[in-house]
Order: sequence, then C-alpha cells, then structure tokens
Amino acid sequence: MITTDILIIGAGPTGLFTVFEAGLLKLKCHLIDALPQPGGQCSEIYPKKPIYDIPAYPEILAGDLTERLLEQIKQFKPGFTLGERAETIEKQEDGSFIVTTNKGTKHQAPIIAIAGGLGSFEPRKPPIPNITNFEDKGVEYMIREPELYRDKDVVIAGGGDSALDWSIFLSDIAKSVTLVHRRNEFRGALDSVDSVQELKNIGKINLITPAEVKAIIGKEHVSGVVISKKGEEDYILDTDHFIPLFGLAPKLGPIANWGLEIEKNAIKVNNALDYQTNIPGIYAIGDVNTYPGKLKLILCGFHEATLMCQSAFQRIFPDKKYVMKYTTVGGVDGFDGTRKEAPKAVVKKIE
Amino acid sequence: MNPDVKIKITDRNGVLHEIEAPTDMAMNLMEVVRSYELAPEGTIGICGGMAMCASCQCYVNSNHELPEMGIDEDMMLAEAFHVEDNSRLGCQIQITPEMDGLEVELAPES
Repeated sequence: MITTDILIIGAGPTGLFTVFEAGLLKLKCHLIDALPQPGGQCSEIYPKKPIYDIPAYPEILAGDLTERLLEQIKQFKPGFTLGERAETIEKQEDGSFIVTTNKGTKHQAPIIAIAGGLGSFEPRKPPIPNITNFEDKGVEYMIREPELYRDKDVVIAGGGDSALDWSIFLSDIAKSVTLVHRRNEFRGALDSVDSVQELKNIGKINLITPAEVKAIIGKEHVSGVVISKKGEEDYILDTDHFIPLFGLAPKLGPIANWGLEIEKNAIKVNNALDYQTNIPGIYAIGDVNTYPGKLKLILCGFHEATLMCQSAFQRIFPDKKYVMKYTTVGGVDGFDGTRKEAPKAVVKKIE
Repeated sequence: MNPDVKIKITDRNGVLHEIEAPTDMAMNLMEVVRSYELAPEGTIGICGGMAMCASCQCYVNSNHELPEMGIDEDMMLAEAFHVEDNSRLGCQIQITPEMDGLEVELAPES
C-alpha cells in the first residue's frame, strides 16, 4: 500500500504543480497516470507545440513546460505510479480513501485530487464490427510482451511512430510482419521511415499501402484479416495477430463511476471555495472539472491547484493555525533536506 | 454588413441545425460546433484545434471551395476512422464570408 497526504490522479501540468503547492504546506504527494510518462497531453499529444499563455513565458514548448514543472517539484519528492489507470475508490472508516489501479496497485490518502484532464488515454480502436471479440485473442492495441509474437505472423495497422517502430522491432522476432496503412506516406520520424523502407527492400517487412484492414477472421483466435487495397479486390491475409496502432484518445473512464457529480464530461466542483467535489475530501482541478465560467487553461489549473491545497491542509489539520507565506519570505524547504531562500541583504558601511 | 454566415450542421444523431456563425471572431468550424454545443464537451476538439486528434472530423456535403488541406490535417485523416473522400477536420476550416451556406455532417465519435 502506497500512503501519502494528497493522492493526485493525473500527472499533467496541473497535477505536477499541485505537488509544489502541497510541498510548501509540507504535504506529500503521489501521482497516478495511465500514460508511461508525466506531462499528460503536453507530453503525449503536443510536446513540440509552443504555448504562449503561461505567465512570464512569452513562449514555451509543451514538452519543456513539463520538464520545468518536474524540476520545480523535485525537492518535494513526489511518488509516481505510471502506466496504470486509477480504477476504483473506496472510502475508509477513518475518512481516508483507497484508490486501486487497473494493475492492482493500492494507494491510500486522506485527500484525493483528480487532475485527470480529459480522462485517461486509451488506445483508439478501429471500427471493425467484431474486433472486441478478438481482444487478447490475437488482437492487441498495445504491445506489452514482444515474446508473444515470436515465430508468429503479425499484421500491424497504422501510420505513426508506434506502427513504424513496432514493425521494425517485431521484424526480428515474428515469423512475418505486415504493415498496413491507408496512405503511402508515413508520419513517423524520418529514421523510422527509412528503416522500414530498408526492411521492406530486404523482405523483412511486408508493406501493404494504401490499404485498410476491413475485417477479422477466426474462430476462437484470430486466423486472418481482410485487406482492402485501393483498386484491388478484398482478400484474406492469414495472420496470428492483428495489432492496430492508431494512437491514444482520452476517455473519462472509471472516474465517471465514482459517485461524483458529472456535467458535460467533467466533474462539478465548488469554485466559490476550494474546487471540492460533491464528495468531501475529493477535489477536481484543471481541465477535468467544470463550474460556471470554467476555462480549460493550464494557468487556470495552476490557480485551482493552489487553492485546493490550502483547503486540503485545513481538512488534514483542522486545528492548526496557518497563514499563507510568500516563497520570497519563507523560502522553499524540500523533503530532501534542500533549502532555497532569498539571499540575505548585505549591509556595508561607507567610510 | 452582417458578419455572420449561415451554416447547416448535421450532428452525430442526424439532427440538422441551421446556425449563424461569426466571420469576425477568428473561429473555426470545430469551435462553432462547440459554441452551439452540437456535440458533448470532451468528444470534440480534444486537442484544442491542432489537427492532432480527429475528434472534429466532418463530411463536407456542399461544393464550397475550402482552404487547402495542410500536411498535419492530411496525415491525421490518414489515421482517423470513418474517413470518406469529403472528410475534413473542422478545426482547420476557418469561418470566412466564403463559407456562407456550408453544409457539413459530424463524423461519428471514435
């Protein structure tokens, strides 16, 4: 069991900045995110895109913003459970909550801060009618265990980096790799495109473009796919596995079933006070929440995180006297023993 | 002069909406759909309008001359689902006076 003061669900910019504001109040944080890396949309969807409305940064790349936030919070030593999706929440008798991920990792905290953005990123499933029947029976939307494909026939569909990279990787393991894409052009990194071209030339990757997988064939397990290629008649290609790699899309997911008040795919919060949800002790901050006048902006998420931490402190320590301290006055005391503070004024006499 | 244009949008439930869209607010078609709440929040414009998801895909059913497709939009549509020859990303279609009478249909959520 992982225990902490504030359990943050979502490691995007709002979730990361929460660690800083909590740290100033000496509250420890742990973050859960379905993605394998922190940064949320900023690192998953648009790391190379500039953002122009972060105060004091006339321009900053989304990926760089994530890096800076991680640097800013590192002295507060946040814990991370990455690549796992928060699945269930159970309220305990002492008022705390236990959140369990899809992989069974349990986390306990008196305060839950949902900073889940648009939800957890799930693989986009192509609209093939019977595809769900074959999930984990030859259809996999992500590659967890490359050995599964040893000496097997594999069909990969998609045109981005993951389709290219996995085609290259599996060409050494699988009996055969076929890459199917709707265009002749690929969007991936140039190196990957070149490698696939080489592997195609020496016959290690079978490239079918412009084409689409239209149907899946099999009884218990995938035995083939129907390929629809422009200008040709549809045909069956025998295969043991079909791996559609069409990127990720966010879905609110299991959080929607936590008993929270949901409106327009977002969690309703009390914006007059502290961004708490209808369940005391559970807050929602950043893009995942909604209230009158809500704007889904990173800078608004930072503000919401700050107020939320003050409220969380009062919930954890109802009897402690506290006033907010400016970092310029109080400095920053890290949980790692480091201290940042303003340099002392120098006084020198003029003779 | 009225800076609005008339646009016909068929939502994902097949309901036709005849709406007025401003040409002077630097809005694109995806934003117009959101401003009229013709698709639930969180199901359209997920990437915010960077042509990096395909949640605002629509089918253009009128013969308007549209802005040429950029490389980002083209590559995104190459990986999107339910794509037809008249598919475009709404976020890449700016509302200009030339868009008056535009008829579009929102592609299914995927």
